[in-house]
Amino acid sequence: MAKHILNALVENRAGILAKMASLFARRGFNIDSLAVGVTQNPEVSATTIVVDGDAQTVEQVEKQLSKLIDVIKVKTLAPETTVSRELSLIKVSCTAEKRAEIMQIVDIFRAKIIDICDHAVIIEMTGTGQKIDAFEEIMHTFGILEMSRTGMIAMTRSKAE
Amino acid sequence: MEMTAAEAILRVIKEQGTDVVFGYPGATTAPIYDRLPQSGLRHILTRNEQGAAHAAVAYGIASDKVGVCIVTSGPGVTNLLTGIANAYMDSVPLVAITGQVACSQVGTDSFQEVDTTGVTTPVTKHNYLIKNKEELLPVLREAFIIAKSGRPGPVVVDVPLDIQKELVEFTPDAGEMRRNILPTQKIDKRSLNRLLRALGRAKKPLIIAGGGIMKSGASEELTRFAQALGIPVASTMMGLTALSGTHPLCLGMVGRHGTDAANQAYYEADTVLFIGSRISDRTVPDWDELSGRATIIHIDIDPAEINKNIPADISLIGDCKEILSVLLARIGEVHCPEDWAKKCADKSKKKAFSKRSTHSVTPAFFLELLSEKTSDDTLITTEVGQHQIWVAKHYTFQKPNTLLTSGGFGTMGFGLPAAIGAKLARPAQTVIALEGDGSFQMAMPELATMKQAGTEIKIVLFTNRSLGMVREYQTLMYQSNYVGVDLGVYPRFDKIAEAYDIPYRAIRCDSEVSAGIDAMLSCPGSFLLELVIDESETTVSQEE
Repeated sequence: MAKHILNALVENRAGILAKMASLFARRGFNIDSLAVGVTQNPEVSATTIVVDGDAQTVEQVEKQLSKLIDVIKVKTLAPETTVSRELSLIKVSCTAEKRAEIMQIVDIFRAKIIDICDHAVIIEMTGTGQKIDAFEEIMHTFGILEMSRTGMIAMTRSKAE
Repeated sequence: MEMTAAEAILRVIKEQGTDVVFGYPGATTAPIYDRLPQSGLRHILTRNEQGAAHAAVAYGIASDKVGVCIVTSGPGVTNLLTGIANAYMDSVPLVAITGQVACSQVGTDSFQEVDTTGVTTPVTKHNYLIKNKEELLPVLREAFIIAKSGRPGPVVVDVPLDIQKELVEFTPDAGEMRRNILPTQKIDKRSLNRLLRALGRAKKPLIIAGGGIMKSGASEELTRFAQALGIPVASTMMGLTALSGTHPLCLGMVGRHGTDAANQAYYEADTVLFIGSRISDRTVPDWDELSGRATIIHIDIDPAEINKNIPADISLIGDCKEILSVLLARIGEVHCPEDWAKKCADKSKKKAFSKRSTHSVTPAFFLELLSEKTSDDTLITTEVGQHQIWVAKHYTFQKPNTLLTSGGFGTMGFGLPAAIGAKLARPAQTVIALEGDGSFQMAMPELATMKQAGTEIKIVLFTNRSLGMVREYQTLMYQSNYVGVDLGVYPRFDKIAEAYDIPYRAIRCDSEVSAGIDAMLSCPGSFLLELVIDESETTVSQEE
């Protein structure tokens, strides 16, 4: 089944996240990720939801979300005009002799090493989900000790005026 | 004007047009109850919070206002939950004010604490937990707007005890909203044209009317529309009173428990026009079968209902009355085949019962006679089960909103408190609560409410000493392996009536029916009429 990205602007009020989560659970929607953060307007939060499902499911997710009183606006984003990013922190096993090799891979992926100790490094990586997947796969050969990923956030590209 | 928040809550309820509140007091609503006598509101003490919700819902429908109930925290809320869920499934406006433990105690598992917004979220249109006194007035007013606007539904406002005691500045309602939360859908012109073309092409069109017709007050428009085009009308359980039962185009209820006429038309139809219906599984037992066979046209106020259960070939989103009015203006563009409507109608108009029973009451016979002997304005409430289906099939409703029943949630225990609420809204009308003996035993405590409120209800009790609907299901699906459906130890209902000081009469065979109904209707005040029904009576069609 295909992944779809939805953006929902919601009122920055207590309980809205619980209401959205309750809706997804109750209606049996499959949600890959849900990311929430406040916008330039402190009263409004932007949420990005990645839904796994067919067109009918996505239509329902969009409509059911729109029915929540604290949801201001919901939009399904077209993949070709959407930029999306995820952030991940990966702690990789890294002894002194492996350090150069890992730094080189980190460079190629334009990731960043943000912490280092005698046996491990923490790498910060921003990108699309696919890019993070690819990086993760390579890091497995060194040994991933810990990994944490945010959900996707996304935005539609502006057109030239 | 400065007053306590508790007093302000009651002021807003009054200001919104409601005169009666249903509830059950407790520690966390004490400040509200303290101010009730001065509020100008009448309080009806139900015997369980669930009854308060059902009564408020019925009061709202019968008075065209928003029903209100007030209950305490914890068990008050969880008891109320079934009533809220019932209102949610049938899209009925309701505002429930719930007491909550003091702000400082929220989250500490204190006495009678429950996460009210948490447990009510899946069954409310919206809910609030008041966290400071400033938001109280705007939230309360918004709650009423949300409850009755668009597709109506229940709204819960949870108010902590300490906030109820604080002083607030009461200002009159200026009609302000934090932002426009009302539906703003415009009727789509292209879909409208497509709808008219599709109806023009249809050889065997059928309208299925849902509860939305009553909610938007579109009965008259529906009748004119169907008449002008000669399209037969079937209905859902919630749409039963959309078209007068004696109208030649009225086929009765469609679906799993529907009439033969409606179901035959349904299975022959090439175009089905759903108006104000969410196309539930009880109305359309097989969504794939229908969408593979007929053109589906769907009119509803809730965009999320379109394509939810069944893909619509053509859909229009908006208020039924508004859409039907627009359609009526353009009706000249469509011609429907005449013989089709005639063919459907012929089957529906024959009287069902020539057969009479000497050892028990034939439910269909009783209900046909009851509808003949009652006026068009009589309000009927039902519980859930076989008797509900018998009413749907054999009682002839003449006017919109004269049936109050639990359609979507199928809540046993609904009918009696609903009758109380309806009677309070329309004291001059005869209100008849039709009860099964299973459901009645869930609702029985509300007999005290009925007496205390001074409401005169005619109670008709169908007794077959079993949970008939489940029994029927076990007959059909489990080779008559009857488990847990025998009501076993059985109360003497004459004694129950006596205990509450209600006149009582039993009817044991069909020849006693007429006199029994007369006795009930002519008796001033409440009445309990028990009908002895044979447990072999089923809801499956016996019209052949």
